[in-house]
Amino acid sequence: MIHFILLFSRQGKLRLQKWYTTLPDKEKKKIIREIIQIILSRNQKTSSFVDWKDLKLVYKRYASLYFCCAIEDQDNELLTLEVVHRYVELLDRYFGNVCELDIIFNFEKAYFILDEFIIGGEVQETSKKTAVKAIEDSDMLQETVEEYMNKPAF
Amino acid sequence: MALKMVKGSIDRMFDKNLQDLVRGIRNHKEDEAKYISQCIDEIKQELKQDNIAVKANAVCKLTYLQMLGYDISWAAFNIIEVMSASKFTFKRIGYLAASQCFHEGTDVIMLTTNQIRKDLSSPNQYDTGVALTGLSCFVTPDLARDLANDIMTLMSHTKPYIRKKAVLIMYKVFLKYPESLRPAFPRLKEKLEDPDPGVQSAAVNVICELARRNPKNYLSLAPLFFKLMTSSTNNWVLIKIIKLFGALTPLEPRLGKKLIEPLTNLIHSTSAMSLLYECVNTVICGLFFQLCVQKLRILIEDSDQNLKYLGLLAMSKILKTHPKSVQSHKDLILQCLDDKDESIRLRALDLLYGMVSKKNLMEIVKKLMIHVDKAEGTTYRDELLTKIIDICSQSNYQYITNFEWYISILVELTRLEGTRHGHLIAAQMLDVAIRVKAIRKFAVSQMAMLLDNAHLIASNTQRNGICEVLYAAAWICGEFSEHLEEANQTLEAMLRPKVTTLPGHIQAVYVQNMVKLYASILQQKEQAGEKEAAQEITQLMIERLPQFVQSADLEVQERASCILQLIKYIQKLQAKEVPVAEEVIALFAGELNPVAPKAQKKVPVPEGLDLDAWINEPPSDSESEDEKPKTIFHEEEQRHSRHRQPEIDEEELARRREARKQEQANNPFYIKSSPSPQKRYQDTPGVEHIPVVQIDLSVPLKVPGMPMSDQYVKLEEERRHKQKLEKDKKKKKQKKEKRGKHHRHNSLHTESEEDIAPAHHVDIITEEMPENALPSDEDDKDPNDPYKALDIDLDKPLADSEKLPVQRHRNVETLKSPDSEVPLVEKKSKKPKKKEKKHKDKERDKGKKKEKEKKVVEEEEEEVKKVILQDLHYFSSCCYLLLSSFCCLGTTYDIQGNLQHDSQVTVSVIFENKSTSFLKSMELNVLDSLNTKMLRPEGSSVHDGIPVPFQLPPGISNEAQFVFTLQSIVMAQKLKGTLSFIVKDDEGSTHEKLDFKLHFSCASYLITTPCYSDAFAKLLESGDLHMSSIKVDGISISFQHLLAKICFHHHFSVVERVDSCASMYSRSIQGHHVCLLVKKGENSVSIDGKCNDSTLLSNLLDEMKETLSKC
Repeated sequence: MIHFILLFSRQGKLRLQKWYTTLPDKEKKKIIREIIQIILSRNQKTSSFVDWKDLKLVYKRYASLYFCCAIEDQDNELLTLEVVHRYVELLDRYFGNVCELDIIFNFEKAYFILDEFIIGGEVQETSKKTAVKAIEDSDMLQETVEEYMNKPAF
Repeated sequence: MALKMVKGSIDRMFDKNLQDLVRGIRNHKEDEAKYISQCIDEIKQELKQDNIAVKANAVCKLTYLQMLGYDISWAAFNIIEVMSASKFTFKRIGYLAASQCFHEGTDVIMLTTNQIRKDLSSPNQYDTGVALTGLSCFVTPDLARDLANDIMTLMSHTKPYIRKKAVLIMYKVFLKYPESLRPAFPRLKEKLEDPDPGVQSAAVNVICELARRNPKNYLSLAPLFFKLMTSSTNNWVLIKIIKLFGALTPLEPRLGKKLIEPLTNLIHSTSAMSLLYECVNTVICGLFFQLCVQKLRILIEDSDQNLKYLGLLAMSKILKTHPKSVQSHKDLILQCLDDKDESIRLRALDLLYGMVSKKNLMEIVKKLMIHVDKAEGTTYRDELLTKIIDICSQSNYQYITNFEWYISILVELTRLEGTRHGHLIAAQMLDVAIRVKAIRKFAVSQMAMLLDNAHLIASNTQRNGICEVLYAAAWICGEFSEHLEEANQTLEAMLRPKVTTLPGHIQAVYVQNMVKLYASILQQKEQAGEKEAAQEITQLMIERLPQFVQSADLEVQERASCILQLIKYIQKLQAKEVPVAEEVIALFAGELNPVAPKAQKKVPVPEGLDLDAWINEPPSDSESEDEKPKTIFHEEEQRHSRHRQPEIDEEELARRREARKQEQANNPFYIKSSPSPQKRYQDTPGVEHIPVVQIDLSVPLKVPGMPMSDQYVKLEEERRHKQKLEKDKKKKKQKKEKRGKHHRHNSLHTESEEDIAPAHHVDIITEEMPENALPSDEDDKDPNDPYKALDIDLDKPLADSEKLPVQRHRNVETLKSPDSEVPLVEKKSKKPKKKEKKHKDKERDKGKKKEKEKKVVEEEEEEVKKVILQDLHYFSSCCYLLLSSFCCLGTTYDIQGNLQHDSQVTVSVIFENKSTSFLKSMELNVLDSLNTKMLRPEGSSVHDGIPVPFQLPPGISNEAQFVFTLQSIVMAQKLKGTLSFIVKDDEGSTHEKLDFKLHFSCASYLITTPCYSDAFAKLLESGDLHMSSIKVDGISISFQHLLAKICFHHHFSVVERVDSCASMYSRSIQGHHVCLLVKKGENSVSIDGKCNDSTLLSNLLDEMKETLSKC
């Protein structure tokens, strides 16, 4: 099971956090700080796996953004790397050539995509097509804020 | 109205949306905090508006701020508002915010239950989906319990989109509410064969997670998974299935055989590295290692760091079970020690730990020592150091054959600068010196040298730094001073002024061991008759000790001043030419017994001792709880407790030493090598101990005169070779004797582990344990494992009681009072009652009998009652009332409502035979009233009694139960009855009768039912309850006792208690709710009651008044 997923920039700015275990905010903040520090201090040539407490951190850098998952001892590291990659692919499909700014400005969308892909720390949809379709379909339901602004309120 | 709406829409135009916020934050890089606090103020304004769109926008912005680290828990209620919006647009934002910031401690979470339930059953699949996603993040045990049934239903939803989400969420629900696993499992199993691959993979995921924790419950699924594995092409699913099999194979070895073929196929055919890794990882559990290790070698040799790391990781797993298959790859592992990546080096170190044997230990440690020298950065060097010590000391120094070598390794390690593990080295030195008697002489000489060169080591005085080894050195030199060659010199080294710069606890050990040394020198000199030398040494002590007396460390100061006085006294005696050495030596005679670290825990609890019981009642307030007891002794002192004294007698050791010397003398190879280092010291002590003026260099210095451990490697090889030769000789001899039964002896055999005998004997003494210690080692188990709760047998058929709770508000009804289901069967509870009746004359007895027959006790008299209740909530017990008493038969009874039937109560009667006669043919009959009737067997008339289904020998008591049916329960009832029985003794048998009255109080129709405060509040608000109240004066007992009494006698449970005010609840067997508000004043108690039935209420209150007035 994935315990949490963090996205952060090379400068150590958190861009997205998703927790599949419930923890108090204080604890979360401590962990985030610690992990960002651990990973940023690692050399580019080193392996993508770090033992951390009783979990394993699997991370990968895409452009200026680090994607980091914390998994359990028995989980498969390579599979987790593929999970990360699949998520990036999904983002790419949705935004079309995704960049860090897309995630900053549409951070709720990034969450929705993640939610369609992983639920409760387990992969729920392995097919890219199905996942993207689900997001697009639910987007159809959601009117954008702009549309909403243009509609008369009475 | 219209104006307000216009205003709302204009306001919105000026609202920031999320993009504006993000842009704003990026534009205010210098004063970000100020800008954000301004935004939060705006958001607070927005949240106050009625317009849901504005609120949703605000919540969306808050979610972003939460990610930046701002606390948004204050908006939890607003988030719930947005969650319950009807539009998907807003609902989605609400759930996102909730999933980001709700946790188990969020109190408003319980308000969401109904909203989530509504969303789960929404016709729009995306509403359901968003609710499920949110739930997966913040599900609490309460939510899990209340929603388990809804989610289970969703597992069979028509849309696969919902099905797969529901299946995955179930895992979270199982974790929070383990009771749901058994009822939900059949459906989960069904989903393994779902037509939709997504749902199927979800089900595989969940079962795989479950099975990894408690594999034995899932063995029955193996065939199904096998089918899936051979048919599926989805790598994601395959990996999970293989992982599952990995957990199952250790339990079912036959599975391994079946798996070989498909797994081999996969390993050979797959291009996905992750799948390959998973296969290999699984195969480690007991299949074919050679193949795997070879494949892993490819991984490790790969230039990709990731693969290298994982290869090493997998290798270490094989090592645990099959060390042999890994050991052949030692070269590769040692290569990895040179890798640039620290995590890879650490992995390689881990591997080395498991690879050592007697044969290769020295070689491996030698390589590691080279790495220690080369290592950059203290962390890695420290890691190396601990690993060397771990490797050498593992399983009681199992692999060490030469302890002189080990001691010199330890001494070499003291050259490490800036290490944090000085205490580790020190502990090892102490341990070896104490446990290996044969090595003491050597150890002492080495330690003396360390002390002599203390200035090299002492430069680093930080905590746990390398100077800690001086602690061990001083202690060893002092304790085993009889082995010291140049005690004078060592003593002087210990008295150097530089010593006072060491940490206090080390100085303390110095001071203490100085005296030991002094004592042995004194003895030596006195025996040699050198009185002047003895006085000289005393003088030296008196001169130098004052520097320690001035120490700032209390411990040092105290010891030093104590010892100074002692030595001054000795000096006086010496002046009078009194021999003192014997007495001084006697100060340090005697051995310390070793005690195992776990010994205290293993002391069995003596019978009749309750460790949880209070000896004295604890003080009411929690004053100074955080004050921890201060340790009296320095932490370092405690280390001694671990050391054991060897118990092999001196003779045996001397014999062995002799034998070894003999061996060395006869060894032809021995002459060629350099003289044994031990000898060298003995030969050239003068050179060794001349203090060399040291120039402070940053280059790691070689401590002069210290032997390099490498010498030992050579020596050891020779020793082994010689051993082998001898053995071969012996074997040849044997063979000759056997007249060449075997044609050729394979003399080229490789040395096996057993062939290498250690040079020194290690005393592996089991530490002292208390007598009759408990052998179990269960103290290592963790009781807080969340997965333990999921260890549930899934093959048992489902019981009715296990069905998941269906939608109902806090279904309190299902909580059953434990006594309610007692069936009408004879209970054989033979608790011998101790009430012994004095044997009386039959004549006198009969006279009294008549009187007592009339005097039937009908009022409540309490039986044994211990009303010291800590927990009032779930207290429900039977209070037995005295039914009737007779000189030879005591009966007590208790009435309980029957939950299954709303018009039945069960009366349990305990019959106790207090006489010395035998009682039999007991029959109980009751005169039925219109309202209350005894339930008799079919066909019997109302005048027949019911036989009591047992006989009573003297002194025995037993319980029988009788069921009564009633129509109305609002009034208390009294029923007359008789009990007839036959008394049988030596003189014959007499027929006796006993009249009694059964009192059915209104309280006996109540069933203790726990109630939650929210349900309670609803009940009170509903308004269809009648109200009444009483007040009782002159109450002196505490409120706690008062509540306990009400709970006990009147079957209530406490809903809530605030100071001296409590709300209580109970339910009658016919479903009347009874709510009480109990308030305690100075000397009085007032009770306000509410109930569906006013008569019942007033009767109940009357009864309560009676109970309370007795207090």
